Amino acid sequence: MSFLRMRTPVEARRLFLGRSGLLLSGTAVALLAGHDALAAKAGRATAGDVQILNTALGAELEAIAAYQLGADSKLLEKPVLDLALGFQGHHKAHAELLAKTVATLGGKAVVAKSDYNFPVDQLKAQADVLRFAAKLEQGAVSAYLGAVPLFGNRELAKAAASILGDEAMHWAVLRQALGEAPVPSAFMS
Amino acid sequence: MNARSAGPRTWGAAIALALAATAPAAQDALRGEQVYARCLACHALASDRVGPRHCGLFGRLAGSVPGFAYSPAMKNSKIVWDEKTLDLFLAKPLKMVPGTSMTYDGVPDPGERADLIAYLRQANASPECRK
Repeated sequence: MSFLRMRTPVEARRLFLGRSGLLLSGTAVALLAGHDALAAKAGRATAGDVQILNTALGAELEAIAAYQLGADSKLLEKPVLDLALGFQGHHKAHAELLAKTVATLGGKAVVAKSDYNFPVDQLKAQADVLRFAAKLEQGAVSAYLGAVPLFGNRELAKAAASILGDEAMHWAVLRQALGEAPVPSAFMS
Repeated sequence: MNARSAGPRTWGAAIALALAATAPAAQDALRGEQVYARCLACHALASDRVGPRHCGLFGRLAGSVPGFAYSPAMKNSKIVWDEKTLDLFLAKPLKMVPGTSMTYDGVPDPGERADLIAYLRQANASPECRK
């Protein structure tokens, strides 16, 4: 049974704790991979994993707010606006999954801040918004790259790498829209 | 030789020496700014984000930016940020402060860390950080 099919997070957590005692185990795999078969092979998730997921969640929530700022700025032409909202949708999907996983592992998911103090005064044209978003996406790729090796659970690491790939594509498309080389190097760091 | 007797050639040499001394630092900071791009998902110079602001970093007690929600581990670390502590932390954040919210594997290259710290030092003297 997948945790995604549980009716409530409480029910999912109860089942999780019932199976594993107080240990955070590889059942997080069930949430992220969509089935339980991998869970037994993936190793235990740790409290550290929950912290990694929560830090990533905080950044995803900020990215959602940043794209909303761009969308509301009236600086984006229609095709660019559609692109931004599409990317924002990806970040929403990331955030939703990360929050569910944190809760399933017994943690408390961070929530969006009421104010992000974005550099609004520096956003005067479409290119400024694109450059701002590109920097966030580049940073996100690096952040996930720096998080992947830290996971105790390999399936969580794999899921984070999947998100990393998505955000790298965002970064490349934003660079392309800015007239820059979309993929500036062979390696990311 | 006193200042009065120093001719244009002498001054030129002095300026060249000064430039030679400062140029590498500027280049370090320039490379460091590129390394800093890795931090931009969570950090900014002048505002708190997922991570705390970097303006005012040098000499600051870790976990002490007012209003920022630090991990207990960082808050209790008693670290004061300077070139040495930053170098240690950036190499392996979770090794130096187990339990930190900065769940990042680190910057393994000592040269990149030195450049990053040079950039942070330079940025801390910039108008953005002096506001």
